[in-house]
Amino acid sequence: MARRSPAGSALEDRRQRAKEDRVIASLEEGPAQTPGVLKAMQRLDIEIVDRRTFLLGAGASLAIATFLADLPALAQEPIRSLDEALKKVLGDAKPAESGITLEVPEIAENGNTVPFALAVESPMTPESYVKTLHIFASGNPQVGVASYIFTPASGKAAVSSRMRLARTQDVVAVAELSDGKFLLGKRGVKVTIGGCGG
Amino acid sequence: MSDAKPRIRVPATAKVGDVIEIKTLVQHVMETGNRKTADGKVVPRNIINSFTASFAGQEFFKAEMQPGISANPYLAFFMKVPGPGEFEFTWVDDAGVKVSQKTPLAIG
Repeated sequence: MARRSPAGSALEDRRQRAKEDRVIASLEEGPAQTPGVLKAMQRLDIEIVDRRTFLLGAGASLAIATFLADLPALAQEPIRSLDEALKKVLGDAKPAESGITLEVPEIAENGNTVPFALAVESPMTPESYVKTLHIFASGNPQVGVASYIFTPASGKAAVSSRMRLARTQDVVAVAELSDGKFLLGKRGVKVTIGGCGG
Repeated sequence: MSDAKPRIRVPATAKVGDVIEIKTLVQHVMETGNRKTADGKVVPRNIINSFTASFAGQEFFKAEMQPGISANPYLAFFMKVPGPGEFEFTWVDDAGVKVSQKTPLAIG
């Protein structure tokens, strides 16, 4: 935890620390303490405790906030490899490697926003429709990008959005059909400047 | 989530049975949870993790998003017009902030 005084400037902080150091030094010197130093120490002791208590309190509330923010991330453990992601979606099924239109730029200058469009030809009737379209970025720190859930009322199994790509890699799309079949599509994207914030 | 109103584009008018495209754009940092501050602390993940679209009270499209989606997520999708009604779009982020937006659709 950074030892920064909560409201004061860096200069005040330095002064405060110098004061503490002086008191500690005088303590280490042994019993030969002048009453003046003792008085200063008592006064400072209160100050130190107050400051530590404050810092402790601030630290604790910060820790709780971080914990809360982390909860959803923990609930859905990030998937780090494409194989793992595909296995989770496909199970043991073998996808047909056709039928998905996956539009991505061949070269993406900015990996922070790479446009993409996904589409699957489907009648979109209650008897035959696309249930889910998944998109994965095989070379990202977390391969999952998004999953889109359709209903026959969607009319058309197509979406477009923008994704982050950390580096040059393959983008993979998987479609889950209402009859239990799967389709898979893959396209390579060259990325000039990676996204994902390192 | 930002206070900025989400931007929605639907056709001005549509006929029953038409398949129309809906375009949405909402402002959000979509913090991945991979980034670190200068002093080495991980910036906690905060992304819009779910989006739902319903029409006349019926949900017809849903998206589950992950950190791979860009900041200020843009999303375009389709709907087969069942009749008159109003759209309701809802975004929810990791912090539990929910933003909803209603848009009517004129039949003609």
